[in-house]
Parts: sequence; C-alpha cells; structure tokens
Amino acid sequence: MTKAPGIMLKGQHRIGDRVLFDTDLQIPGAQWTCLLGRSGVGKSTILRLILDLETGGTFNGSIAATDGMPLAGRISYMAQSDLLLPWLSVLDNVCIGARLRGTTPNIGRARDLLHRVGLSDHAGQKPASLSGGMRQRAALARSLFEDRPIVFLDEPFSALDAGTRADMQELAAEVLRGRTVLLITHDPAEAARLADQITVMSAQGTQNWPPPATAALREINAAETLACQARLLAHLRGMAA
Amino acid sequence: MKLRDTLLALVIGLGLWQVLVVATGAPHFILPSPWRVAQAAYKSRVIIAENAWITAIEVMLGLLIGTVLGVATAIQLAISKTAERLMLPILVFTQAVPVFALAPLLTLWFGYGMGSKIVMAVLIIYFPVTSAFHDGLTRIDAGYRDLSVSMRAGTWHFMRHIQIPQALPSLGTGLRLAAVYAPIGAVIGEWVGASRGLGYLMLLANGRAKIDLMFASLIVLACLTVILHVSVGILANRLTWYAQGMSRS
Repeated sequence: MTKAPGIMLKGQHRIGDRVLFDTDLQIPGAQWTCLLGRSGVGKSTILRLILDLETGGTFNGSIAATDGMPLAGRISYMAQSDLLLPWLSVLDNVCIGARLRGTTPNIGRARDLLHRVGLSDHAGQKPASLSGGMRQRAALARSLFEDRPIVFLDEPFSALDAGTRADMQELAAEVLRGRTVLLITHDPAEAARLADQITVMSAQGTQNWPPPATAALREINAAETLACQARLLAHLRGMAA
Repeated sequence: MKLRDTLLALVIGLGLWQVLVVATGAPHFILPSPWRVAQAAYKSRVIIAENAWITAIEVMLGLLIGTVLGVATAIQLAISKTAERLMLPILVFTQAVPVFALAPLLTLWFGYGMGSKIVMAVLIIYFPVTSAFHDGLTRIDAGYRDLSVSMRAGTWHFMRHIQIPQALPSLGTGLRLAAVYAPIGAVIGEWVGASRGLGYLMLLANGRAKIDLMFASLIVLACLTVILHVSVGILANRLTWYAQGMSRS
C-alpha cells in the first residue's frame, strides 16, 4: 500500500444563515487525528462533508486529498452504532460491502479479519447474540474488509464499558496502523492515548493541541498521557464555560 | 392462543347459540340450531367441500398475485422518486373507489368463472400490501444509508441486501391484513355472479330457504379464513424473526 494520503478541508459551512464553522483543517496522512469539541459544534458534519453525505447545510470551500487524487471510494466509515445487519451472520456482515457493490466477496479474507479482531468463533452467529464490544469488533472488521487508506471513526467506542473501550482502542490502533484515521471523540483520555494529532474544534474554527511527546499508542497510566488528558480536559471545560 | 382456550371458546359459542335458539323459539328456517347445521353440513359435505375448494383456490391465487404485484409496486415506488410522486396519489385515489362497487363490472369483464373473483381478491389486497411494504422500505435507518454510501453501494444492491430484508416485518403486517381481506373479495365476487364457490352456495341455499346449509357454508368460510389468518400469521412472524436475526422468539 502506498502511503495513506492526508486530507485538507478549508471553508465555511452554513446551516441556513448561521455559520456552523469556518475552518482550515489539515489531517496528516498515515496518522491518527483525534477531533474533539463540544456537542453540536460540527465535528460529525466535518466527517460527513468529507464523506460526501447529506449534512443539512451548504459548504463553501475545498476538500482534497494531499496526493491530489479524489477522495471518493478511499474512506471507510464506522459510527457509534455498529450498524450490523441483524439478519446476517457476523461473517456476512463483514463482507456486506462487496455484496452492496455487486461483487463476490472474498470469504477467506473476511475470515482472516474476523480472526484478527478475535471473533473467529462467532463467524456464524447473528449480531443479536454478541456483546456490545464484540459487535464493535465485527464493525471494525467490516471497515477493514473495505481496505481503504482512510478510516473515519465517529465515536465508535463511546457506548462501550471502560475495560472493553480500552481493549478496542488497542485493537483499532493495531489493525489501523499505516492508515489515515480521523477519530471523533468526547473523551480526552482516548485522544491522549491514540492521537498523533489532537484537534479541538470550536465555533471559531479548529485548533491543534500538542499531543504527548511519546508515540501512540500510549499506556493509559503513563505520566505524559495523564498530563495531556488533564490539560485537554481543562481546556475543553474552559471552552464550555 | 392455546388449543384448550380455543376449544373452550368454541364450546361457549355453541352454547350461547343453542340458548338463543331455545330462548327466542325461532323456527329452523330463520335460526337453525347448531345440531341441525351440523347435520346439514354432514349431509351436504360433498357439495360444501367442492365449493369451498373453489373459494380457497380463488383466495390463494388472489393472495399470491396480489402480494407479488404489491411487492413489485412497493419496490418500484421506493427506488424511483418519480414513480412515487406519480403513482402514490393514483393509488390513494383508487382506494376511494369501493372495490365492492366494481364487482359487477369485473364480472362483466372477466366472466362468471374464477377469473373475476381472483381479480377482486387481488384488487382488495393490493393496496394494503403495497402500502405496508413501501412504508417499511422507505422507513430505513439513516445510518444504513450513510454506511452504504461510504461503501459505494448500487441502488439495487442496497435495495436487495438492506432495504428489502429490513422491510420484511412490514410486509408481514400487510400480509396479515391481506389474509383477512382476500376471502371478502372472493366471496363478494361470488355473490355478484358465479356458478361455484361458497358465496354462490350461500346465495343458493338462501334462495331455497335452506338456512341450515347457508349457516354450514358460512361456518366453513369462517374456518377457511381462520386457517389462512393463522398460516399467514406464522409466516409473518417468521419474516420478523428473520429480520431481527432471531431463530425462535
């Protein structure tokens, strides 16, 4: 795989007459960017704009990949809700992308990916019989099956319990290595662990925030991680005030 | 519904009927007793069975054709916004015409045979099936749409792999209604003009003052409808379990 491209987004997004945000966002290639900010500030809108999904507003500006190629078809997407299809087995859910494009899925590869996320024993089960953490692992395998250089994660771990969330962060960091990742999160601890770049979004625009000096993925209890998390939390609380 | 409860309800129903017959002292050519109806049913079992078979075929074929047409229409409406804009008002308008009022016309066009009754049953169930399934197809979780856009899904593949399976419980709801309506359509068709079928037999018995035979035909018709209702109910439950990823409820 050639180096995953970065993304540049510059412009203004309006909903009716109201400016939601006016920003110049740089997402570096092959790194994890964590996007934080208050609810309703437009984090998900940024993600939807780049994915070319309906946003309910109008965007004036430019969105481009750093390698100059079109972004369409190079991004896979994982949301807070796992969006697994209840009537399909875990294995069939992983390769749904191929079926939706009308191609024959590579079942062997889907099985390999399930093995990587630790769900080999559950390939034939329906999502309803899985725990929340297992369902998100299946959704992660489905994202990996798409094999896109860019991956967007919209709070995918926020509904999980603390232990499962830490496990999922480690798994995602491992399997998504080398890809450009944009993670939307409300959790400063998650950003401090995972981010190569931390971006805080407010009505004034986006602002990069120094991540810990050590390389991601960081230990939860490392001094740098905890210090970064505390500073970030204080900053976010200051914004809220 | 347990078998024991059903049998109990049946016994109570028959008891009330018998009490009514005794209490009112109605003559048997106005209100025959359950025993008299049972005798008539046994005596005329061949003719009842033959006519019930005809009605059952009409209802089944009507249900089958109506469902196929309804499903195809709903899919077409859900895929094409233009079709939806043009067709939905027409569909709603046609519902303003009572299908019963069309029965003489259908008999004129499709004859005294089974054809006009099947068309009648098709017309009466077409709208509930179309409407329920279309509703299910279009009321889709926005997240699935986002996901399939990011996966670059084709319209038809999205329909086939996500919209249709997700809408199966709604189709089940439409089919439950259709199972109740279809026999009504077939019997009304038989009343307006037929030489066979339970509706025809009821009119015939009525004309010859064989009220016990009329009751027997009516009860057989009710039994047919209940069997259909229960079978379609089982099918509808299976559709729902499938869409929810459950093997058993």
